[in-house]
Amino acid sequence: MTDVEGDIALKFDVASVRSEFPILGTTVRGVPLCYLDNGATTQKPLCVIETIDSYYKSSNSNIHRGVHHLSQVATELYENARATVRRFINAASDKEIIFTRGTTESINLVASSFGNRFISQGDEILITEMEHHSNIVPWQLLCERTGAILKVANVHPDGTVDIEDFKRLLSTKTKIVSVVHVSNSLGTINPIKDIIDVAHQVGAKVFIDGAQAVAHIEVDVQELDCDFYVFSGHKLYAPTGIGVLYGKEEILNAMPPYQGGGDMILSVSFDKTIYNELPAKFEAGTPHIAGAIGLATAIDYLLGIGIANAAQHEHMLLDYATNAMRGIPQVQLVGTAPNKSAVLSFTLKGIHPHDVGSLLDRDGIAIRAGHLCTQPILRKFGVHAVNRASFAIYNTIEEVDRLIASVQNVIRIFA
Amino acid sequence: MISQSDIRDLYQEVILDHNKSPRNFGKPTEHTHHAEGFNPLCGDHLQMFLNIEDNIIKDVKFEGEGCAISKATASLMTSELKGKTTDEAQHLFDKFLSVVTSDIDSPIDPELGKLSVIAGVREFPVRVKCATLAMHTIKNAINNEGIVSTE
Repeated sequence: MTDVEGDIALKFDVASVRSEFPILGTTVRGVPLCYLDNGATTQKPLCVIETIDSYYKSSNSNIHRGVHHLSQVATELYENARATVRRFINAASDKEIIFTRGTTESINLVASSFGNRFISQGDEILITEMEHHSNIVPWQLLCERTGAILKVANVHPDGTVDIEDFKRLLSTKTKIVSVVHVSNSLGTINPIKDIIDVAHQVGAKVFIDGAQAVAHIEVDVQELDCDFYVFSGHKLYAPTGIGVLYGKEEILNAMPPYQGGGDMILSVSFDKTIYNELPAKFEAGTPHIAGAIGLATAIDYLLGIGIANAAQHEHMLLDYATNAMRGIPQVQLVGTAPNKSAVLSFTLKGIHPHDVGSLLDRDGIAIRAGHLCTQPILRKFGVHAVNRASFAIYNTIEEVDRLIASVQNVIRIFA
Repeated sequence: MISQSDIRDLYQEVILDHNKSPRNFGKPTEHTHHAEGFNPLCGDHLQMFLNIEDNIIKDVKFEGEGCAISKATASLMTSELKGKTTDEAQHLFDKFLSVVTSDIDSPIDPELGKLSVIAGVREFPVRVKCATLAMHTIKNAINNEGIVSTE
């Protein structure tokens, strides 16, 4: 073991991480909660909960409006949160960080604003088969409005994107390429740097859905050179209802506002309304101030642990769980890409995932069961629904053991 | 005689048996009424085929994909319905719905017959949709309304 590895092992202590998450001390149906549904949403550490609590107790006010003390305090906290997000993904400027309600709203914002201005009949939008419904439907709606065409790159049986098919579909007609960084159902980590580079060669703008990535992979938007990168706070130990749209400044500047309202204008008259500058142009109305501040606290918390340390721990759990599942003959794994994030989707022969989910719930184990909002890729893999365990920084080997034991019990019940 | 604790245990022998070997499964050669039901939550999909003569359900069969709860309910319910009038069927639907949506400790109406095993679904409120898919689909078939969703 090198010094660096020793350092990481010393720094990461899962028991101390767990003690930061109050909900992990609760019980479900009389047994300790075993929370393995982190792909859906993560639990929140005490520091995030306390930040929100403290904001409402001592700093609550509307931002960018009042001249009074509290308004200045709240504005400063909110804008500091933006700066934290900017540093987190290494954007060039705070103006490139737009707060939204989450990944879904970020995608819809771009599909509407960028799409309505720059996409027209015959243009093409290229996605992959493994996209979440939220990275399919907004583009389908855009195609309906404009007469553009949605192209879909093939996915290999192991859950990797067929890059040759992707390149074949790419042409000068391609105006937007929108790809998930980490698949929520397959766990595949896509080679987004290569995808961005090849898409830029034909002049397409590249949009990356980072919802499942940012808590597990260090993201540097300048190094990636993506045009848009979006994610949600709640999968990153932050509250629900807050998310981020990163966009290159010159592109955001060229886009029309998404929603009209307060804060997004410089002046309003019935003859002519002048829109505000970035980022305010895209933040109409009072935003989720506490959420943004909570997100900044969550980012600082995760960076304190270290994303590389988090990823190493989660990967250890994934490897352990994958090996154990492979030892059960009735288990079929869905998504076996060589480069995977800590997502383990599986089916049990002849047993519907909802029955598995309910029976695991009786053992206090929370997993996701269903189509995971990725019906097209599951259909391609020949299943309607899957079971998904997804790991976070606070999960343990003992919890994986509980999962495996419970799965074996389900198989016994249905035998 | 089913004890209360057994009823609470959703995945008991009757349900597992009907899941494994569903009764009345398959498409009949002829039918007078048909409807399709979806549960978007899990992608469950049922088709119901009925033969109704003089308001009497002579035969009812189903096809489709589903979890143990929706399959077992479809199997049990189709068995219960054969020979009943459409009014009697509606009466059974009302009873069934009120039981599966009732409080976990409330008594189970004996009129439900074998279907009473499904009452265990009350322990898992999100699964009530799985238990009512067959019922909603049959209802729509009787009323000649094509597609139903339990979302």
